[in-house]
Amino acid sequence: MLALQILVDGFAVSALYGVGAVGFTLIFGVSGVLNLSHGAIMVVAAVTAWATAGGLGFGRYGGAAAGVVAGFVLSFATYLLVVRPIQGSKAIPREEKEIFVLTGTLLWGIMIQEAIAYCFSNTPKTVLPLAPGVMNILGVRTPVNEVLTAVVSWVAIGLLWLLVNRTRGGKALLAASMNPRGLTLLGFEMTSIHRKVWAIYGVLAGIAGVLLGAFLGVSSDNIGTLTASAFSIVVLGGLGSIWGSLLAAYVVGYLETLTAYLVAPSVRTVPVLLLLVLVVYLRPQGLLGRR
Amino acid sequence: MRAVPPRRGAAVALALPLAILAALPALAADPIRIGVIAEAATIPGAAIPNGAKLAAAEINAAGGIDGRMIEIVDYDNKSSAADSVRAFQRAVQQDHAVAVIASYTSEVVLALEPWAGRLKTPMITPGAASDLITHRIHDDYEHLKYVFHGYLASTQIADAVCESGKELLIGVMKAKTAVVLSEDAAWTIPLDAEYLQCLPKIGIQVLDHIRLSPDTTDFTPLYNKIEGEKPDVIITGISHVGVQPTVQWAEQHVPIPMYGVSSQATSSTFWKDTNGAANGVVFNMFSAPDVAVTPKTIPFAKAYQAKYGVTPSYAGYTAYDDVYIFAEAIKKAGSTDGDKIVAAMEQTDWVGTIGRIQYLGKDDPFTHGMKIGPGLISGLMVQWKDGKQVTVWPKEVAVGQMAFPEFIKLPQ
Repeated sequence: MLALQILVDGFAVSALYGVGAVGFTLIFGVSGVLNLSHGAIMVVAAVTAWATAGGLGFGRYGGAAAGVVAGFVLSFATYLLVVRPIQGSKAIPREEKEIFVLTGTLLWGIMIQEAIAYCFSNTPKTVLPLAPGVMNILGVRTPVNEVLTAVVSWVAIGLLWLLVNRTRGGKALLAASMNPRGLTLLGFEMTSIHRKVWAIYGVLAGIAGVLLGAFLGVSSDNIGTLTASAFSIVVLGGLGSIWGSLLAAYVVGYLETLTAYLVAPSVRTVPVLLLLVLVVYLRPQGLLGRR
Repeated sequence: MRAVPPRRGAAVALALPLAILAALPALAADPIRIGVIAEAATIPGAAIPNGAKLAAAEINAAGGIDGRMIEIVDYDNKSSAADSVRAFQRAVQQDHAVAVIASYTSEVVLALEPWAGRLKTPMITPGAASDLITHRIHDDYEHLKYVFHGYLASTQIADAVCESGKELLIGVMKAKTAVVLSEDAAWTIPLDAEYLQCLPKIGIQVLDHIRLSPDTTDFTPLYNKIEGEKPDVIITGISHVGVQPTVQWAEQHVPIPMYGVSSQATSSTFWKDTNGAANGVVFNMFSAPDVAVTPKTIPFAKAYQAKYGVTPSYAGYTAYDDVYIFAEAIKKAGSTDGDKIVAAMEQTDWVGTIGRIQYLGKDDPFTHGMKIGPGLISGLMVQWKDGKQVTVWPKEVAVGQMAFPEFIKLPQ
């Protein structure tokens, strides 16, 4: 019974981690940017969904849609206001740009965090679940919303797979993540590819934020942890590797769930961090990393 | 007489009228400043400056303290003890506050306590509950007598919950067993200790005692564990967490009722933040928006709601009372001197929004804590029902009966 419970809960949590981390790793793979405002974008999506669903009367679906749109808009704003100016700046030496982007997105995330706490307080908000009620999975009473979280996450990941493997624009993205210089030589405009990847990332982060808000609830205080957890997953899986991130999301999700159930919820993240140290030590390129 | 050199003479001539000009308004209406240090971004904390400002506005409208207006200077401590200490120092040394109302967090109040002593500035907490706050005053009265406890001590709160349990848990819910679930914090240490003693006394067997980390975001494993132990009720001690455990409890249809202390549930914001998942949660309060605990309770709750759009959290009621108590004490002392205010505070007999307030003396282990009992302050149990906080205990003041959402299975 407990094993089944862990299986069910771990699956949903892992799927959610997966959809959050895939966008994060995609951006790194294509443009070499580690976006440390990732958690902030997710929380803005969730808080927007909460505020519009209840306060503005959008309802549960309208609110969720507004949350995803907010994630998309904020992701684009991050790119245009923070990342692009640094990348295009002549004042910053080339080799220091990465560290500037890292710092820039980190500070941007903190600004967003303070803004949310100021406007909506740091009390956790919960997004109206897309589907209320509970269902029985092999004797485990599971909220329908939890099942839906897993389903929506996998649909989003599936759509991303189709986009990357079956469309011309998507294939260019994949190619860009493997060899950006080669792609430029083939006549592709990197700026437009970057814009596309930030757009895709925004939608994924928005979906992840809204789902997390409905599944567990989020507060502006969680922003750091969310960024750190996406970061750990991506490092574990191999920076820039989409499938590595998905695999790592499941390793992290199940490891956390096992710890929470079998040891104590308060030490939930400890084994994952230990594993991360081990991986960085023994296999720095991550589980499926290339570089 | 020695002649004043011409340049210095001009300076004196200029300075004198300026000094008089500056001194004049100070003489006429030098305001009395009260510092308010609170956790502005939390549900319980946000109500503290709001309640205090409401009281100050009323007192000022009625002429202030012997013609001197009260000015509330408020500081957001961002839930940090270090920020609170800095705010306290600033309030006293730079902003010249003569008294301070501080925080709903026990850890913060315990950190401020020695500073109230060092700076000889009266301080009251409208919401922290740890027994240590008053025990320390008892043990070091000479230094810490400046501190007053404007809310009940954890032990007293646990006793109030058990007292209500005789009727509601045993009588109405027919509960026989419980799991105590509380957050790991200073205020819950004495709370839990008292729960574990008083619950068996009223006939409820405690099956397990779980202390959760305030960082917890996924409560599923905890509920899973509790459900496996098959208690009739979950007795809560939560204040810094609230929204997430409540929402997950409702969403996962955990079939066990929650009963006890849930500070965030005391404000109407809670209903919105949980999207209504609070439905059925039973929590302790000492004043509620629908009960005339004293003739001042309902008018205050209404005025607060009219001004801020939500009902006050529990600490809003006490912060409001505390401003009045300080004002009375300053008036009685005829001075803003810390020691004189303390002496006057010890004589307090004030009917506030939460009851009749008197403080315990220096020989009581709860020095400067509030006296409780009939005619003074006594507990209420309130339940969230369809968007409203409904008082369900005690019988004399109850406006409704307990009812639970469908997923809750009460013992047969």
